[in-house]
Amino acid sequence: MDLLRFVTAGSVDDGKSTLIGRLFYDTRQVFEDTLASIERASQAQGLEELNLALLTDGLRAEREQGITIDVAYRYFATPRRKFIIADAPGHVQYTRNMVTGASTAQMALILVDARKGVVEQTRRHTALAALLGIHHVVLCVNKMDLVGWSETRFCQIEAEYRDVAVSLGVRAVTVLPLAALTGANVVHRATELDWYGGPTLLEFLETAEVPNPARQAPFRFPVQYVIRPHSREFPDYRGYAGTVAAGSVRTGDAVRILPLGAESRVAGIDRFDESIAAAFAGDAVTIRLADEVDAGRGAMMVAASDAVVPADVIEADVCWMSDDSTLVPGQQVLVKQTTRRTRAIVERVIDRLDISSLVREPSPGHLSLNDIGRVRLRLMEPVVADLYESCRETGAFILIAPSTRHTTGAGMTRAVASAAAAGAG
Amino acid sequence: MTESAVMQVDHDPGLDLLEAEAVFIMREVAAEFERPALLFSGGKDSVVLLRIAEKAFWPARFPFTVLHVDTGHNFPEVIEFRDRRIAELKARLVVASVQEAIDDGTVQEERGPRASRNRLQTPVLLAAIARHQFDAAIGGARRDEEKARAKERVFSFRDDFGQWDPRNQRPELWNLYNGLHLRGEHMRVFPLSNWTELDVWRYIAREGLEIPSIYFAHEREVFLRDGMLMAVSPYLKQLPHERSFVETVRYRTVGDMTCTAAVRSTARTIEEVIAEVATARVTERGASRADDQFSDAAMEDRKREGYF
Repeated sequence: MDLLRFVTAGSVDDGKSTLIGRLFYDTRQVFEDTLASIERASQAQGLEELNLALLTDGLRAEREQGITIDVAYRYFATPRRKFIIADAPGHVQYTRNMVTGASTAQMALILVDARKGVVEQTRRHTALAALLGIHHVVLCVNKMDLVGWSETRFCQIEAEYRDVAVSLGVRAVTVLPLAALTGANVVHRATELDWYGGPTLLEFLETAEVPNPARQAPFRFPVQYVIRPHSREFPDYRGYAGTVAAGSVRTGDAVRILPLGAESRVAGIDRFDESIAAAFAGDAVTIRLADEVDAGRGAMMVAASDAVVPADVIEADVCWMSDDSTLVPGQQVLVKQTTRRTRAIVERVIDRLDISSLVREPSPGHLSLNDIGRVRLRLMEPVVADLYESCRETGAFILIAPSTRHTTGAGMTRAVASAAAAGAG
Repeated sequence: MTESAVMQVDHDPGLDLLEAEAVFIMREVAAEFERPALLFSGGKDSVVLLRIAEKAFWPARFPFTVLHVDTGHNFPEVIEFRDRRIAELKARLVVASVQEAIDDGTVQEERGPRASRNRLQTPVLLAAIARHQFDAAIGGARRDEEKARAKERVFSFRDDFGQWDPRNQRPELWNLYNGLHLRGEHMRVFPLSNWTELDVWRYIAREGLEIPSIYFAHEREVFLRDGMLMAVSPYLKQLPHERSFVETVRYRTVGDMTCTAAVRSTARTIEEVIAEVATARVTERGASRADDQFSDAAMEDRKREGYF
């Protein structure tokens, strides 16, 4: 069974919780005790029918205030596929939550109310999905029952959304009509939508192709941990443990270890006690080299023929996530990129994305909570960074405050330079 | 379930992904922390954790101390299993004893027929973390278990009181986990966050892992309380109307004998257990954990206090 990770976005009013509840209910993922507890809660709310939105209900503060504070992760499986949903709340802290949920997603599901069509929030969510490198966005036109199941209305929304999505840089768009409340076209077909010839939402999710761009990218292996057992059985074993971030590697391949540049050859690839011939993006393995080289945690193994140059100047779109500090030029931050952590200085805040108009406006000089902007960082030690759009795994980084050690921002590399080589900055 | 259904788990890309993710997380913990501990209860999730740890550092031993919070009310089968497995792995085991904490007077035992040591585990765990200066504790919790867990981070930050504050969790993006913390703070780490109960069972089957015998159907003297089958044991006082009887049961989760209930089952092999889990109509915690039945937010409250 393979795995699809997707993020869902939309406000409570769009029926997102009901849609997820409906997906679970109609695929029989809801257990009796859970059902009994939401039946009680539905009755307590004075509702006649089961409130499926309660299935995704979370923490006490959220129930009391009727809001969602945080990204919730939900799981369901059909015989064809397992799904991990990052359920991002729509209104409170939506930028931070949407960015978090989208960071591990392969696809985004965005909801609109068929009566309202594409609204400002739809554009924002789409823009954030595109920014986070999600290639495929699924627009669920919900509440079709409230527009009389109108094909004309659906086509109108579809046409408008396709224009929006293309202009925001989304590569693939699928638009589906449905009604989460009645269940129409979520898991089961509905006679009311007989004019619609496409798949149900579940059929679509089960069969959608899941692109894995990292597999086609050049080989990147961030050394995570060096394994040296010093045991009687393995006195000289020295293995570089890590997860292949991009591309693939085979026993015998010539490799280079950056940033120092030492070269060697792959003597063997171990996955637990088994030797394997090749490892691909996503595989957690241990690589043995033919020579003793200086490669600790944070070093990056690449193909010997790869001309990539470690960068110490990075321009990135940064989403600032801290509510008790701002990002300002001159500030010192810690950057964690792959398995490497280094100090950096914020050189410039170049611009800021106006999340309402989706226009990049000239720099206000700083970024505050939920702001996204282009930022230039100078790193104390060079890192092997790729552009985020060509490789998420080596293009992404987080920012950490040196004083509190908390995570304060997320970055997506858009340009790299080496200060020594090009004098950038 | 037929043999072919079990065969399928050998070529399960979803399971491979979950395993690779968990191995990655284990290695991050080893690299980012000075004194990490691995929480072991003898339950199926911690059996999987040990396996992942074994795989992540092969051929070296995993660089974690194994920490067991022993309520003194554990199933004897589980303690026997724990000691055997730890010896096989040549791991270092630290047992934090709730009984000793009661004897010392650091915690007080609950009273009455429904007394349980479940909540006493929290102060004992936090004391062990402080005494041994553990800066990370790896646990087997999964997000699919319970709604408060659905919002849990993989690296879950705890303040110097060991508390989980859902409003003060760090953003967690991509696979870039932030293990940095200040002195006195620590991190709980959950490598199985994205696994479901069924994934755990399929993995146990695929890896051929041994689990405590109480997970399989056996005959046991039980009595009915609040609709749940509780084992007759010296630790749980039966009320006058609570008559015991012998039933063929198994356990879906393994915890304290006072708050873990059995379910009626005839599943005697791992394949039969998988078939049963795949068609189960009640959540594992709903079926077998009295500790979650107090209120809708029972888990949330315990997590705030510093529970596993």
